[in-house]
Amino acid sequence: MFQAFVNLLKRDLTLSLRRSSDWLNPLVFFVIVVTLFPLGVGPDGELLSEIAAGVIWVAALLATLLALDGLFRDDYIDGSLEQLLLSPHPLPVLVMAKTLAHWLVSGLPLVLLSPLLALLMQLPLKALPALLLSLLSGTLCLSLIGSIGAALTVGLKRGGVLLALLVLPLFIPVLIFGSSCVVAAAGGFETGAQLSLLTGLLFLALALCPWAAAASLRVSAEA
Amino acid sequence: MTEVHPQVLLQAVNLSVSRGELTLFKERSFTVEAGTLLQLQGDNGSGKTTLLRALCTLIPLDEGELRWRGELLPGAREDYFSEMVFAGHADGLKAGLTPLENLLCNLSDKQVSVDECVAVLERTGLAGKEQLPCRVLSAGQRRRVALSRLLLSDTALWILDEPLTALDASGRDLVASLIDEQVQRGGGVIYSTHQPLPGSSTVDTQTLVLSN
Repeated sequence: MFQAFVNLLKRDLTLSLRRSSDWLNPLVFFVIVVTLFPLGVGPDGELLSEIAAGVIWVAALLATLLALDGLFRDDYIDGSLEQLLLSPHPLPVLVMAKTLAHWLVSGLPLVLLSPLLALLMQLPLKALPALLLSLLSGTLCLSLIGSIGAALTVGLKRGGVLLALLVLPLFIPVLIFGSSCVVAAAGGFETGAQLSLLTGLLFLALALCPWAAAASLRVSAEA
Repeated sequence: MTEVHPQVLLQAVNLSVSRGELTLFKERSFTVEAGTLLQLQGDNGSGKTTLLRALCTLIPLDEGELRWRGELLPGAREDYFSEMVFAGHADGLKAGLTPLENLLCNLSDKQVSVDECVAVLERTGLAGKEQLPCRVLSAGQRRRVALSRLLLSDTALWILDEPLTALDASGRDLVASLIDEQVQRGGGVIYSTHQPLPGSSTVDTQTLVLSN
């Protein structure tokens, strides 16, 4: 079982690294959306630093959403999904491998690039650790929640919009705690509570989402 | 539970499957024993693929039951999946990976080595193509990679949906000899086809005809 998990993780990572659009598109989208804000609201440093946390978090959320549509789509088209469903190993474990590979490629780069954008948005330096930590657990949580939506819409030709409608409401708690964590840090307050809640959400998602996504995949394959 | 003959692999009892409003077949019963072939014939749209997918438990049954070595499916799914392999219309290959990488990334119980994969690829006529991405291979060559996966899987039951599609004459001979070998070593094969397999031998074959 562990071997199958590693095999699948390795396969998806190799594929994504060979096709740069997989990791480059969400990253470029993230950077462009955040850079639009100083252009739109003007170079007022105080205003920017006030909205920085929210803007970076919303941009990261949308970039994750953008990448989610492709999570199972290729496998569905080329028949690998059938092979996945017919594997003797527990499907939730395989789904977890796919989601993890997806996050490593589309979520982790966002987290690593966020300090740069935080500087652009005049976010106080003392809020950087909170930003990194909240995005780290937050984006993984978003990928896990999103995997359910991606599994449900994989059989649809234009599932992108439906996927957004399905998962955006579920993203709200993560967004609230994530951005409020950064806002608190920027204001010089304790962030322990928000980070604990985010980690709690992450573990909840880790425990439930792969199972829900696996069941959704079986339903999608019936069509 | 009734005593099951050890030779019986897959048992379908009063199977009914429909697609939307259309009933594709009703109350069909058949058994696949070790060392036998089950051939599905029927016109386009007669439900061959649907039946095969239902046999893989990918599609729910309207009525009836499927048993794997006497155990009711989908409850015994884990045992079933570790002893069967399905080759559908889509090859299930990653276009960005080479044939070798595709074979090495297997999700079954059995671990395969590079040497084994190379030997099997040579057998299926892909020697020298191991390091090309599958994207540049022709449809027939990709089908041969999918056949290599069958060979490596070493499972008791093969379910093949039109295995002859896109293959040239030597490819068709290859499929026939692979199926022959599988049956000789006591495995079962279920396949759908429009063309007769070349050089069909004396193997115990049942034919199931689906009609609209």
